[in-house]
Amino acid sequence: MGLHRGHRAKPLEWIAERLIFLISLSAILMVFLIFIFIGREALPVILGRMDTSLVQRVIPVGDMDKTSPKELGDYLGVSEKQFSEMDHETRQALMEAKLEELKSSSKDKDAAINTTRWKYLLFPHQWTGYEKPAFIWQPISEIHKYNIVPLVIGSLKATLVALLVGVPLALGAAIYVSQLARPRVREIAKPVIELLSGIPSVVLGFFALIVMASVFQKIFGYQSRLNAFVAGVALGFSVIPVVFSIAEDALTSVPRSYLQAALALGASKWKAAWQVVLPAAVPGVFAAVALGFGRAIGETMVVIMASGNASIVSWSIFDSARTITATIAAELGEAVFGSAHYRILFLIGVLLFAVTFLTNLVADLVMHRLKAKMEGKR
Amino acid sequence: MTAAEMRTCEPRTRSFRASQLDWFSFLGTGATGFATVLIVAILLVILGNIVWNGLPGLSWRFVSTGTASDMFDVQKAGILPMIVGTSARVILMTIFVVPVGVITAIYLTEYARINSLSTRVIRGAVNNLAGVPSIVFGLFGAGFFVRFVGKGMDSMLSGDKAVNVWGQPAIIWASATLAVMTLPLVIVTTEESLRAIPQGLREASLALGATKLETIFRIVLPQASPGILTGTILAVSRAAGEVAPILFTGAAYYMADMPKTLHDQFMDLAYHVFILSTQSPNVDKTRPLLYATVLTLLLLTFALNIAAIFIRANMRKKMRMLH
Repeated sequence: MGLHRGHRAKPLEWIAERLIFLISLSAILMVFLIFIFIGREALPVILGRMDTSLVQRVIPVGDMDKTSPKELGDYLGVSEKQFSEMDHETRQALMEAKLEELKSSSKDKDAAINTTRWKYLLFPHQWTGYEKPAFIWQPISEIHKYNIVPLVIGSLKATLVALLVGVPLALGAAIYVSQLARPRVREIAKPVIELLSGIPSVVLGFFALIVMASVFQKIFGYQSRLNAFVAGVALGFSVIPVVFSIAEDALTSVPRSYLQAALALGASKWKAAWQVVLPAAVPGVFAAVALGFGRAIGETMVVIMASGNASIVSWSIFDSARTITATIAAELGEAVFGSAHYRILFLIGVLLFAVTFLTNLVADLVMHRLKAKMEGKR
Repeated sequence: MTAAEMRTCEPRTRSFRASQLDWFSFLGTGATGFATVLIVAILLVILGNIVWNGLPGLSWRFVSTGTASDMFDVQKAGILPMIVGTSARVILMTIFVVPVGVITAIYLTEYARINSLSTRVIRGAVNNLAGVPSIVFGLFGAGFFVRFVGKGMDSMLSGDKAVNVWGQPAIIWASATLAVMTLPLVIVTTEESLRAIPQGLREASLALGATKLETIFRIVLPQASPGILTGTILAVSRAAGEVAPILFTGAAYYMADMPKTLHDQFMDLAYHVFILSTQSPNVDKTRPLLYATVLTLLLLTFALNIAAIFIRANMRKKMRMLH
């Protein structure tokens, strides 16, 4: 688009143009920074440097004077300054209390486990009090359990429902609006459907929580009022505008000559749309569904409000579910900065970012191919 | 028999056009038409429900008073601090995002070669940024703006590690996070409007002796300003309804005062909807309050969306005349 001048730019202009170029790199910089700064907080867990094991070396009360103040401070969990301000009696009392605490906690064999190891993040483990190995996400319990499988299943369940609801509706509407509708209908229907994307996700979540949950429970009669199904349907509403506008775009970009040729051969409008235009636009439709998936799995407010947030492993869509996004939103505020819990929340954030990054990349490549193909044939 | 007669004699064995009602086409058209109607119906039901239940609770007192002592008090609580907080954060965000977004779009349309490596990488980054989940932006804002930039500013400005002015959630970090989130939207809409400007305008300006930069800033940008405005409005409307990115970067559950400086926390309209619907001690009792708040938020975002649609339609008409 840019015109190229035959001479060199004036010095001031040259500087301004370099500046424009540098600023235009900010989008790249941001993607890069997102990756770095989310990864940075999660790195200690990824590298296995965190230790949540509760078993410590026991320092007998009698050894108090032999150990250095710093070591004792660490042992008692107080800062050096606090420690030096205490008198001897307080220290002794603290030591005794600590000893009692260690004695009682070491009874549980799970206390020795470093729960941030990959083995415990991904695979089932038989925790004390459970009958068989299980996937457990329980970051607030005495033994912090960080198995991410329940969260992944929760996310997938809600996303699946969202796609099952949203994709057929959005694709149907895209075919109708782009191929079958009269121009007047098209001009009204398109902006109205796209207006759906103007509803904030917190409002969709509110609607699912206050209105849909009760109505659906009456219709289907399931047990938990908030579950993956309610959240998924509401999520479907937020997927519809995404899938619709991309699919509609792809269908419209198919050259008119395809349609005209089909109509000239005597095909009905529907047959032309279904058998000629749609197959030509399949990559675009695929990209639309992929981006819809990315939108659904990354959506936060709808699921945190409507999915019930119980981290259980169950494939039933009528059970309560806790998704990755809702877990981050609900727990990061309470997690202590730098703790294992904090880092694992960033870790699942990295996971989410990676999944959507790949989805976008694939959708982008497919769309690019389709565009090049369509423009070549026009 | 001549060859011509032979052709007319033999009837076509198979007809492309069915003589009777074509069930396949009928059902297909019906199903897709139904999908369209259903989506519109869903939209109308959601809007109708909110307007119907929210309108009685909406009053001048409601939007012009603070939260009183109890933010769940249906009779007394207002939402002025939330409206102020949300407005402040989107205005700040606009200041951050529009210059960067517009300049990136200028580079992409006026300078970059269409298929050069830098163009493709920038475009890929923009598309990717558009697909990053909002909660990931929240994590990024907490990790980068609050922990890194904010803490860095504190130690640089005062030299003392204990000082904690900027290194905590604040309205400026929430706005910055939202600016990163809405950057792709501003870039794409601005680019679209820049591309719509006829090449002849640029050529005429250059032929009259203007430099390239003068052409861009005096001729191209003024013509594209409605498009840039559309992009800004859409970004504001999108940002106003977002909660996830501001959860850890500045939104407060409750504050007695309005935010006064850039490093204050703030109460937010969209976050307030979340609080009212999940933290209320008695959901049935506070329902009118909740609905009125939702309606206010929706009016804000929808008014912006509809304004954007009209400005865009107007601009398209004008561009068609220029071509």
